Amino acid sequence: MTSVLQTLSQDMAATVEAAGPAVVRVEGRRRVPATGVVWSADGLIVTAHHVVSRDERITVGLPDGSTRPAALVGRDPSTDLAVLRADGGGLTPAAWASGDGPGVGQLVLALGRPGRSVQATLGIVSALGESWRTPAGGQIDRYLQTDVVMYPGFSGGPLVDASGQVLGLNTSALLRGISVTVPAATVRAVADALLAHGHIRRGYLGVGAQPVRLPEALAGQIGQETGLLIASVEPGSPADSGGLMLGDTIVALDGHPVHHMDDLLALLGGDRAGKAVPVRVVRGGQVQDVTVTIGERA
Amino acid sequence: MPTVWEQLNAELPPVVDRAQSALVQIRNGGQGFGAGTIWHADGLIVTNAHVIAGRGALRVALPDGRTLPATILASDPDRDLAALVVTASDLPTVELGDSRRVRPGEWVMAVGHPWGVAGAVTGGVVIGMGAGLPEIPRAHHEWIALDLHMRPGHSGGPLVDVAGRLIGINTMIAGPDVGFAVPLHVVARFLKRALAAPQRARSR
Repeated sequence: MTSVLQTLSQDMAATVEAAGPAVVRVEGRRRVPATGVVWSADGLIVTAHHVVSRDERITVGLPDGSTRPAALVGRDPSTDLAVLRADGGGLTPAAWASGDGPGVGQLVLALGRPGRSVQATLGIVSALGESWRTPAGGQIDRYLQTDVVMYPGFSGGPLVDASGQVLGLNTSALLRGISVTVPAATVRAVADALLAHGHIRRGYLGVGAQPVRLPEALAGQIGQETGLLIASVEPGSPADSGGLMLGDTIVALDGHPVHHMDDLLALLGGDRAGKAVPVRVVRGGQVQDVTVTIGERA
Repeated sequence: MPTVWEQLNAELPPVVDRAQSALVQIRNGGQGFGAGTIWHADGLIVTNAHVIAGRGALRVALPDGRTLPATILASDPDRDLAALVVTASDLPTVELGDSRRVRPGEWVMAVGHPWGVAGAVTGGVVIGMGAGLPEIPRAHHEWIALDLHMRPGHSGGPLVDVAGRLIGINTMIAGPDVGFAVPLHVVARFLKRALAAPQRARSR
């Protein structure tokens, strides 16, 4: 009689073996090396930004034991992702998951290669959620939290499902003390942007602001209770050139309401960079529209 | 037709039973106690060198309830292994597995006496194995790194695979979620040397 336990154990070990060839070692910092995932056979590797502390003298360790120099294509601290290009081709790309993704409670494996051989830890999907914004302002398509143990050097490594497909990249740096996985869709979007521009395009306004409650009469008129009070305007910034002033309260940008700083950050995506957009402000108790050409900052 | 979960739950306790059958408690005078693993029915017991460190009189509590005085056959503090002998025969043993074929991701279970809780079990997967594992003490030695919840008191106890076969001796922890075991083939090498050496068993 076949034991379910033995079958499960063999399946997990076989999954590690099958996914292992696409998992590489990334040596880009002083302390323990970390992990990366092969993006394309010609040498592109995705990894975590925080494990690549230097921009040069980066090496990757391949499953066959060889090492190759790698160049930094680009990095995005806001999503903790970086793309490397290893010399030479012939790498084994990972199989990236598409479709619905995992469910809460399902078993997953985290893989890493901080040393010569591939390593694994087992966990379950703890929480799933909507898209979210990291503390550093990065846009992540989907919240995916697991209870996998992030063994030293596991950051930048893949989270794999029962079929061996890569659900995303694990990082312990986006949220302290929590194993968060940057989903495959976000990895793809960031990798595409880094390959195209070398950095992530972000809109830039140049104001310091804080949320404030609007006077009751205005709140009724505008249809929202809070806005963003401008506390500083950077000289020469897009906000300065467009005529935004200290003491203005931003209530909308490009037709979208602005209640909190999060709303403003979400509206300053790379797609608005270089565009002239209306910014609705309360100035001296009056609602006004000011046109500002959104800048770009890497 | 039982669910897979029910089948798993039916299969797990016998694995634990096999591991526990070879588990002993090692009392080190007043200096607390650790775990040990019966290697041979005629009274040969393996544990960690750190479990028997000190000067206390060594006694071994067997699964059948007896407590016997033990003598030290050999001890290797660098490899953190020790071999003890008690005067007994027909002790229960555990089947030996093949620690050279352990694979990352496979399911394993460890028993011991964490914080003094006799015979408690923890399960998880193998993270990796071999020499040169990053970020561990004495990395030049071979280890099995484990994703499970070992605690002080698991030291010296058996680590078994899904068939309940011995593959290592629980030895140290790195935080609450990571443990390390000495692979069985390293233990076997140590015992071979210990048994080949002139008899120098000593009691204390």
